[in-house]
This record gives sequence, C-alpha cells and structure tokens, in this order.
Amino acid sequence: MTTIDPMFVATPLEKRNHTIQQLVRTLLLAVALLLVVPALLILGVLVVEGAPGLSWSFLVDPPRSNGAAGGIGLPLLGTLWLTAGALLLALPLGVAAAIYLSEYARDNWLTRTINVAIVNLAGVPSIVHALFGVGAFVHFLHFGKSILAASCTLAVMTLPVVIVATRESLQAVPKAFREACWSMGATRWQTIWRVVLPNSGSGILTGLILCVCRAVGETAPIMFTGAVFLRSMAPQSVFDKTMALSLHLFNVSTQLTDVPHHLPFSVALVLIIVVLALNGTAIAFRMRLRGRKKW
Amino acid sequence: MVTEPPPLVSVRGLSIHYGDKVALQGVDLDIKTNEIFGIIGPANAGKTSFLRALNRMDEFVPGMQVLGDITFAGRDVRTVRNLYALRKRIGVVFPLPVGLPLSIYDNVALSPRLSGITKHAQLDEIVERCLRRAALWDEVKDRLKGLGSLLSGGQQQRLTIARALSQDPELLLLDEFSIAVDPVTTMRIEEVLKELRQELTIVLVTNLVQQARRLADRTSFFLGGLCVEIAPTEALFSGGAREQSTVDYLEGRFG
Repeated sequence: MTTIDPMFVATPLEKRNHTIQQLVRTLLLAVALLLVVPALLILGVLVVEGAPGLSWSFLVDPPRSNGAAGGIGLPLLGTLWLTAGALLLALPLGVAAAIYLSEYARDNWLTRTINVAIVNLAGVPSIVHALFGVGAFVHFLHFGKSILAASCTLAVMTLPVVIVATRESLQAVPKAFREACWSMGATRWQTIWRVVLPNSGSGILTGLILCVCRAVGETAPIMFTGAVFLRSMAPQSVFDKTMALSLHLFNVSTQLTDVPHHLPFSVALVLIIVVLALNGTAIAFRMRLRGRKKW
Repeated sequence: MVTEPPPLVSVRGLSIHYGDKVALQGVDLDIKTNEIFGIIGPANAGKTSFLRALNRMDEFVPGMQVLGDITFAGRDVRTVRNLYALRKRIGVVFPLPVGLPLSIYDNVALSPRLSGITKHAQLDEIVERCLRRAALWDEVKDRLKGLGSLLSGGQQQRLTIARALSQDPELLLLDEFSIAVDPVTTMRIEEVLKELRQELTIVLVTNLVQQARRLADRTSFFLGGLCVEIAPTEALFSGGAREQSTVDYLEGRFG
C-alpha cells in the first residue's frame, strides 16, 4: 500500500474552496451560454423561414406591388450607399477627434466638456437624432431629404462609438514609446504618425465595425432624412432619396397587407447577412493586424 | 596658464517639485565636455528627475515643476524656443529598454528621418554606424527588417543606445540602463560607453555603485533630493568622501 504524503491531502477548507470554485465556474458558464441562446434562435428562425425566399433575382430585382412582391435590389443598394456615406463621414472625423483627445488634450474644462458631449451624444435616442437630422441637414443645410442628409445623421449618431473605440486603442500604445520618440526631438504629430497610429489600427477597425452595425440597422434616423418607402429608380447621386433595407423591413412587416409569409424573414436575413459580411471583412483584417505582435 | 573650457552643462539652484512633493532641492553642479559624469544614490534621491529637467522632459509629466537655472552649451534650457533641436542634441536611454514597434532599421533611422534625411544610402550608412557603435550590428545585420520591440532586453537596450547615437548628440543621458540587462551585455555596453567618451559627454545615473566606479570620471552622490557631494570618482571611492552619508552608501550600509 502506498502512503500519501500528508502535505498533499486536501484539508476540509481546501475541499470547500474547491467545491465553491467549481460551483462558481458552472454558474458563470451557464450565464454565458444563456447569451448564446437568443443569438442562435434569431439566426435559426431567420434562416428557416427566410432562406427559401432567397435567390439571386430576389437580391437584385426591384420591389413590385409596393414591396409586397419582387426583390430587394433597390433597398439593398440604398443601404450600401447610406452605410458608405456614414462611414466616410464618421471615420475621419471620429479618428481625428480621438487623436486630439488622446494625444493633445490636457485635462481642462474644454476636454471635460468634449468628453461629456461624447457621452451624451452616445446616449441620445436614435429618433432624436432623426429629428436633429431633419432640422440640421435637411432644412438648415438645404440637403433636402437625401442620401447625404441621412448619411450625415447616421454619422453624427455613430461618431461617439468611433471616437471611444479609437481613443481606447490609442491609449493602449505604451507611454514609453511616446516618451522615447519625444525625447529624440520628434513633434507630437511626428510621434503620432510614425509610432502611435500604426499601432492602433485594430481599435480603429473596431470603431468601423460598430459604426457599420448601427448604420446598416437603424431605421428611425433615416426615415425622416433620406429613406423612402418606395422608389422605382436607383439613386444617381447623394442628393437623391433612396430605399433602405431596414425601412423596407419595417414596411413589409407592418405596413403592407398581402405580403407573402416568408418575405419579411428573407429581408431580415439579408439585413443580417450584410452586417455579418461587412463585419467579417473588418474582423478578418483586424485579426491580421493583431496577429503581428508588436511588443 | 590654461583656462578651462566652459562646462557643457551648468546647473544652478535647481529644484524640482511634483505638486507639494519636493524631488530635488538646490542642486549646483557642472558637467564638463567629454566626461562621464556619474550620479549615484538610493531610490527617490531625485536622479531621474534631474535627467528629465536637462532636456525638458519635465513637460511630459503633468505637475512636474522645475525651478532654477540649467544651461546647456551656453544656452538656458528653460528659455529655449526650439525644444526639438534641444532634445535632438541630448540623447536619452531609459531604464527599461524601449524598442519602438518598428523594424530594427527604422528604429535607428527614425531620428535622421525626423530631421529630413531621406536618401537611402545616407540612412544605410547612419544605421550601420550607430548599430556598430552600440555593439549590436553583428547580431542584427541579417534581420534589420525584424521588429525592434521583439529583440531580447539586452539587445533592445543596445538598440536604444544606437537610436540615441543616431541623433548625433553632444550629451547622452543614461538612466540606470543596466536595470533590465544581463551582466555580460552590461559589460559590453560599458565598453561602448568608454569609447564614446572620446566623442561626447555622458551623464550616467546608476544604481550600481561599482558601475559608477568603473566608468565615471567624476561621481556625485544624491540623497533625498539633495546633491550631497561631487568628487573625482577615484578620490570618492578611495576614502576621499567628505560626508558620512556618502561613505555609508558606498559601503552598502543603506540604499
């Protein structure tokens, strides 16, 4: 019979600690799994109900019978216009603001005001952004109800997330790198351009992903500023009105009668696929960036 | 009679505060051209703060306040308008090696590029010369495109020295450079420093008393924000210290 070294025999206290640890682990795992359930359910329902309606012609054909039949070519195209517009506006502005806040701003009343403004901007409900967009872009700047006005509205709405994501990633670059660079006689901008920015690409991409998610999915901010229920022509310029997937989904699910059962599900499925596809590209790109470990 | 050349750095009545906390008080000293000036002393003696004040790195630290006069090459550094030019003439090596997340080549070429050098041949020449002088060339010459921040600690510290040399500085500030470096590399860097003394002036802050003894021409002892004494290194170490606290520190009774 082998004797066990008494040093390694578990005391009652150690046994209890072990039991508690197992319990906590199981509980936390259960909560985490709980989060997966709705995600899978949503995706599952959409695929089961919506996939049969998907086809190439569904994706490219214009809607017919006010949207109750035909495809979703125009809304899909419109959503891409709106998202691209919002990105083109929000990314440069957001990154610029983040660079200022992270690299230049001192802790004074101005900086604090800006930070409070960002937090508040993030908390404004999207319908209020919509009304702001109507006032500021459609009427005051005379953009009219157009892709430009809607993109501007989406951009204002997504700016806070872009700013916060970018600022976090800039802050993640160690201060020692900046000091080393400054002590060589580099200006702040030279330091940002050569050392800080090249190492915060992944955070900027995170901002882009979050921006895309909201820009593709939001309905309220665009329905007053540039999106219409029905339009028979593809937009020719940013001053045209356009259809959009999110609004189209609202349309076919609640406003129209005699809609085939599968149609709203198919539209929703396409909407989700657009978001996933755009995000997937950005995430793949981000993983490549992160894969090259820098320090 | 030969008149002594004016000192490269002259410090008068230097005091440094962080808010209410006093880090350095009433320091007067001169650093001569082409000497290695050693600074020893326990933690919190104000050594690093002293270095920071020399090339106005105090501006990177919120709340750091510098009072008194510092002249570098005859100019009052407190009133220098072109800070970038001042910092370019003073190289700094920090305690923990900072290999920037750029290639080894770009690390060393950074400073020349910042000052507008773009010709490849010229940059190649600078990079090779500085890496050779920092005793790193042979180890990295085949992978200059590799990331500088992924070198080992000792290599990164030599890379940092190469980078400081690429500024072509007149004054080199070394802040406890051997803290994260193995003894063999430390010895190699010390050899490098002895050679560099021919061309430039070095301020060596060190926590290794013996390192100061090996390298410094003159050594000063800082304690609790005061510069206790300054003496030729050999005199200081062979029983010539005036102050009891210096003797105690050198003999390892505290610190």
